[in-house]
Amino acid sequence: MKILLNNTPETINKEEMTVSGLLKWKNFTFKMLVIKINGTLIKKSDYDLTPIQEGDDVIVLHLISGG
Amino acid sequence: MTFEQIKERLGNKTVGIAGCGGLGSNCAVALARVGIGSLIIADFDVVSESNLNRQYYFYSQIGMKKVAALKENIFLINPKIKIISYECKLDGNNIKQIFKNCDIIIEAFDLADQKEMLIETVLSEMPEKYLVVGIGMAGWGKNDLIHIRNIDKMFICGDEVSEIDPELPAIAPRVGIVANMQANTALEILLGGEDKRRNKEN
Repeated sequence: MKILLNNTPETINKEEMTVSGLLKWKNFTFKMLVIKINGTLIKKSDYDLTPIQEGDDVIVLHLISGG
Repeated sequence: MTFEQIKERLGNKTVGIAGCGGLGSNCAVALARVGIGSLIIADFDVVSESNLNRQYYFYSQIGMKKVAALKENIFLINPKIKIISYECKLDGNNIKQIFKNCDIIIEAFDLADQKEMLIETVLSEMPEKYLVVGIGMAGWGKNDLIHIRNIDKMFICGDEVSEIDPELPAIAPRVGIVANMQANTALEILLGGEDKRRNKEN
């Protein structure tokens, strides 16, 4: 399936994938993240349950310390 | 828009500042200088000597609560501003109540887990609010990496890669750039993006 990840087109060679699977596939190992799919915030507790679907607009924001 | 018109437009606006460290203290001072009507500031910490490499405090204020010291410093610049201060640790239970009357919330925390908590809370419980966050500003140089990115009602200022580390501390110039970028983004939201210079370009 094809999705938009941080405004960049990505092709996933799998029929089904969860948010957790996407993070693993992309090697996003950061602990502190904010994820939005099609404008909706996905809570951490839902990463294992939320499927990624064809055409999704996925934003993964990495949070790092400093300020 | 003249500066008088800018001040008039900003006079009835309220900006919330979540955290009064390097980002929050500098952003609040910039907004106070241009005449924002009200600021809601929140922080639990006290000023320490190690803060003075980037935060808008003075040596004589070491030991003072940051919200009290910031209020003092802002009033020296602009005594007409209204400041509501909360001396507390922000968490998922009090953010909505404290910032409910703000036009914009500025995320100005130091630690990544706190940034995550605030962004999650605002996006899930106050999705109508504009949120301006600062991510990635440790070290020096690399001006060209610093950028702004917009996701719905959230604006991200910073380079999104430079994390603090004992070998890469957060220090005045880059923290100040990002803090002022946050203030500048707040102005763009409140005043609109169309200024005289841009009209000329078009």
